[in-house]
Amino acid sequence: MNKKRMMFIRMIAASLVRRRSRMIIALLSIVVGGTILSGLGMIYYDVPRQMSSQFRSYGANIIITPSKDSFIEDDDLLSGLSFFPQEELEGYTPYRYENTSVHNMPVTLAGIDFDSVQKTSPYWRINGGRPTSDGEALVGAKVAERLGISAGDDISAVNSFEVTDDMDISKIPDYEMYTSPDTGEQFCDHELSLKVTGILQTGGSEEEYIYVSLSDVADLALTDRGYDIVEVSVAATQDRLSSYIETINSNVFNISAKLVKRVTASESTVLTKLQSLVFIVTAVVLVLTMICVATTMTAVIAERRREIGLRKALGAYNSSIVGQFLTEGLVLGAIGGILGSILGYVFAQIVSQNVFGSSIMFRPVLIPITIAASVLVTGIACLIPIKSAVEVDPALVLKGE
Amino acid sequence: MSLLELKNISKIYGGLKALDNVSLRIEKGEWIAIMGPSGSGKSTMMNIVGALDKPTSGEVIFDGRDISKESNKRLTELHRDKIGLVFQQFHLINYLNAVENVMVAQYYHSMPDEKEALEALERVGLAERARHLPSQLSGGEQQRVCIARALINSPELILADEPTGNLDEANENIVLEIFRQLHKEGTSLIVVTHDPEVGEEAQRIVRLEHGKVISDQKNELFKG
Repeated sequence: MNKKRMMFIRMIAASLVRRRSRMIIALLSIVVGGTILSGLGMIYYDVPRQMSSQFRSYGANIIITPSKDSFIEDDDLLSGLSFFPQEELEGYTPYRYENTSVHNMPVTLAGIDFDSVQKTSPYWRINGGRPTSDGEALVGAKVAERLGISAGDDISAVNSFEVTDDMDISKIPDYEMYTSPDTGEQFCDHELSLKVTGILQTGGSEEEYIYVSLSDVADLALTDRGYDIVEVSVAATQDRLSSYIETINSNVFNISAKLVKRVTASESTVLTKLQSLVFIVTAVVLVLTMICVATTMTAVIAERRREIGLRKALGAYNSSIVGQFLTEGLVLGAIGGILGSILGYVFAQIVSQNVFGSSIMFRPVLIPITIAASVLVTGIACLIPIKSAVEVDPALVLKGE
Repeated sequence: MSLLELKNISKIYGGLKALDNVSLRIEKGEWIAIMGPSGSGKSTMMNIVGALDKPTSGEVIFDGRDISKESNKRLTELHRDKIGLVFQQFHLINYLNAVENVMVAQYYHSMPDEKEALEALERVGLAERARHLPSQLSGGEQQRVCIARALINSPELILADEPTGNLDEANENIVLEIFRQLHKEGTSLIVVTHDPEVGEEAQRIVRLEHGKVISDQKNELFKG
């Protein structure tokens, strides 16, 4: 390396290392700025992901229905779900509905998986307990009111069907045969005994059903078939959801996926507002940081007026003084940027843990952005005081006793 | 040809005449002391001679060239290439060690060379203190670093402003001995001082008062 360049590096290094008590003050202001920039940046980019998880407490945002007049089979459902990235798929609940009667009143029975419904309908409020095994039922509040059912009751759901010649009803475990007095047709009543563990309250149409396990529904209906509808909860933005749906609908022909517009549209509005808020805060903080860095650098450079005067007296051109001081500033900016991006991640993590209750995703792209911004801000902040320092008259500075 | 000639130089700072129609000729290899009380215009004269400042009127002829009308950039080049400056306050860069302080002058002049810089320090008797920071050096040692820095580019003229003003007698003698040596080697020296002992070391003594030259005499006591 050229001796001149080596001396240049030596001077910069000496200034940064041997004047460290001064430099640390300047560095501190840059680090604070870098931390806030990268921290808020990380939050800005992570808000949609964080909020999507939060929004999922409002329920499923995608509904899958059979595309033809049939049912959703497991194979089709699984191949449809495979288009969602694993980490974004919060959960899904298949529903199978069967008409039945309880206390001689018509009621619709919904077969679900009680574990997975917690993911897709986390807002369900249950008075009593959640069914944990077959033979237990969760009764919608409206049905419970109409039929006078409360938690702890034993009920029986009855499936009545006409017995045809090709049926082998001997295989049915609990049944009662009777003949219609008018038509002479033979009917069979198949009964399912259920223990009510709790009453479901949602304030919506969910209260119109009695929920039992999928295998109980199959037992009662005496048939094994696919699902009527599947609710899916995916933590993604509206745009991403739309693209997933398009892929599913063009790849899996037997099912049809749809957005739950009511949920996703309001999510987008809230998200946009939240992101603009974070953006504005970031911009304001950046401007404040720049002022702070500029003030610090002005003080740091003002202290060195005599050194600048001496360098000029030793024959330094203004450009080489600007070059040296600016390089010092830029190196400081880069160090500050690196520290800031690391601390920013910690800062974002703490904010995220406190606000969203979950950890933030590290975005490597923010490291070069933070370093570039710190270098740029420090560079601009240094230019103004350096420019005024270079105007220094060496004779006056050196004489100042 | 003279090294330097001042022709009818005046310098006015906001109505105050720091130098009033001063004329002076300095030959190559000459050792001159500029003496006078505070406010007599010594420092102003030093700044103009050292090409750190321009006169309000008059001509400054350095090596046959009128530098009083030159651009600041040309003046910078002139004092970088031809003049070595020694200050009362030493003006060392506090975060650079002794040898690095000397190398700074090389850096702006041509090419830094640590070996040469160490030789310059050796010449002023500071080879062993080369890696010390200014804060670790005594006043005398700092002044010798300052002199080594002024010497490093082999200037035609050494310009010293109260070089012993902040030194004790022992160090004053060391500095004067270095000046004697330089003078013997043919370097021109201008030493601004109010200390008669320092002034009497010179070949010629120019006395200033109220911005005017009141006497310009050969020094009969000169031992060189």
